[in-house]
Amino acid sequence: MASIDPSQDDVGIHVTPYPVIEPGHTFGSVTDKISSLTLKRRTPLGWFIGFGISFAFANILLFAIAYLVLTGIGVWGNNIPVGWAFDIINFVWWIGIGHAGTLISAILLLLRQSWRTSINRFAEAMTLFAVSCAAIFPLFHTGRPWLAIYWLFPYPNTMNIWPNFRSPLMWDVFAVSTYATVSALFWYVGLIPDFATLRDRAQSKPFKIAYGILSMGWRGSARHWARYEKLYLLLAALATPLVLSVHTIVSFDFAVGIIPGWHATIFPPYFVAGAIYAGFAMVLTLTIPLRKFYGLEDFITMRHLRNSAKVMLATGLIVAYGYMMEAFTAWYSASEYEGFMMKNRIYGGPYWWAYWLLISCNVLIPQVLWMKRARHSTVVLWIISLVVGVGMWLERFVIIVTSLHRDFLPSSWAMYRPTIIDFATLFGTIGMFVMLLFLFIRFLPVISIFEMRTILPQAEVKEEEA
Amino acid sequence: MKQRKERPPFYGLMAEFDNPTDVVAATRRTYEAGYRRIDAFSPYPIEELSEALGAFGVKMPRIVLAGGIFGLVGGFMMQWYLSVINYPLNIGGKPLNSWPAFIPITFEVTVLCAALAGILGMLALNGLPEPYHPVFNTPNFALASRDRFFLLVEARDAKFDHAQTAEFLRSLGPREVTDVEY
Repeated sequence: MASIDPSQDDVGIHVTPYPVIEPGHTFGSVTDKISSLTLKRRTPLGWFIGFGISFAFANILLFAIAYLVLTGIGVWGNNIPVGWAFDIINFVWWIGIGHAGTLISAILLLLRQSWRTSINRFAEAMTLFAVSCAAIFPLFHTGRPWLAIYWLFPYPNTMNIWPNFRSPLMWDVFAVSTYATVSALFWYVGLIPDFATLRDRAQSKPFKIAYGILSMGWRGSARHWARYEKLYLLLAALATPLVLSVHTIVSFDFAVGIIPGWHATIFPPYFVAGAIYAGFAMVLTLTIPLRKFYGLEDFITMRHLRNSAKVMLATGLIVAYGYMMEAFTAWYSASEYEGFMMKNRIYGGPYWWAYWLLISCNVLIPQVLWMKRARHSTVVLWIISLVVGVGMWLERFVIIVTSLHRDFLPSSWAMYRPTIIDFATLFGTIGMFVMLLFLFIRFLPVISIFEMRTILPQAEVKEEEA
Repeated sequence: MKQRKERPPFYGLMAEFDNPTDVVAATRRTYEAGYRRIDAFSPYPIEELSEALGAFGVKMPRIVLAGGIFGLVGGFMMQWYLSVINYPLNIGGKPLNSWPAFIPITFEVTVLCAALAGILGMLALNGLPEPYHPVFNTPNFALASRDRFFLLVEARDAKFDHAQTAEFLRSLGPREVTDVEY
């Protein structure tokens, strides 16, 4: 968003051969190209196919939830001692995926990384949809979500009781609902000037009216822009600690408990790094096909993919350090239970294969990204991003299931097996996520148009002539 | 004799430019010429342009700070009142006012209130939502959200004189100077 100082060439667009926007674009061409995706272009057949498939999966989610509500949470594979399973695994996985959106839109804005501009809108949408998917799991784990309101939110109720604010689960409610609200508002504020562009370009009356209402009558006044820019920067400054706090608090759900395998001080930074890792993997999973099918290679260039790959490599190493420290602390603590948990997790227990699959997906395979050739191949990047997505899901599975299934008393030991409803809910949320993305691509500008204008060379005011 | 000043028959005069440098230069000269009820329109934020109008958005940080302080105090006091006064519960022998445990929620409520205050404040100060505005009657104004830049002098400006102001605006090298109807 901030205009670019040409002297800071490393973040500018003058860097060849990987610019953040291909040369030769004008304000008009950028505007027309991005707005035509929503306004002019006929909906491609592929869109209907993709939307149809994801819509079908979203209906599986509806079925799974309806069955759960009518029957009870016994339809899930959760048991005692594994009282938390797919619900919290999927919750943490989705919330983590959401984190890259805020990282790209807020943290990279404060760091003046202009390459964020072409992917921030898309990543923010991804955040919102991922958080919506995440919220489904704890909400329906309560079994009777219509009663859960007074367990979750402090409002004056007829029973005259209040939630316990000392519980990490309450912190989580506040963290996730604040995160969802602020992300949605940040996204909407970013969209206002683009809605005005669409309003002014739309040909059909209903679209003109709809975008007109959404744009709130934005007219691009310089006085408005001054306040808008200040606010945008302030929101970025607020969202930055917010996004770090959210996954920190999610990790407190585990770390504050006394379960061996959960009770570790490494959890907050390790969870935040894992969230960014998974989030950037999802950004790559989605943008690589998007730029291909919609011909957006001019705007989402190899530079974006390369930078995302580097962020993945860096956060992946932090996560690998987290795995090492978990094992080290278990040994160094000299606690019998910690030691047993780690041995059980790595080679002694029935879930050893999940641990090694996780290490392969999250630590071993992504090391390919050290090679320049791998970072420059969209196919390799796409495959690695999928592998990391799976790996991060496995990480939560390992942390949750292997820590719980061997309780302190061997008489309580049990195995955890997810049921078909567990899988239907997981794949159903993936369907819902993809469906929402398809709707987003069709009706809203996938790239922030006004921010793209700011990174063009002609956007600068030439001081010597002014 | 005190005469009620009549509403001018049109809203103002609009000059149209096709690059950011020209509109910034024109705005600076218009401001120096003594016009104050002026505004400029651009398809993306231009810091120099807002500053040429004397607009710095200085109120925004204060509004966000006020929202943040409200959230900070309110968020903590809510937890303190409910846990200490209204519904005291012994949780693992912790003191009723176990303030370190109240920090995460206090932080979240602070961020939430600061963000809400900022967004509502920005919309309120900008007078949005405002679906109709006279400047939309300017020919070509739809391009203000694409690749054109506009400079407006309102008819309410003390120094405004239709012929003179139009002449002045034309001297700034615009593509076109047009009347803006109500």
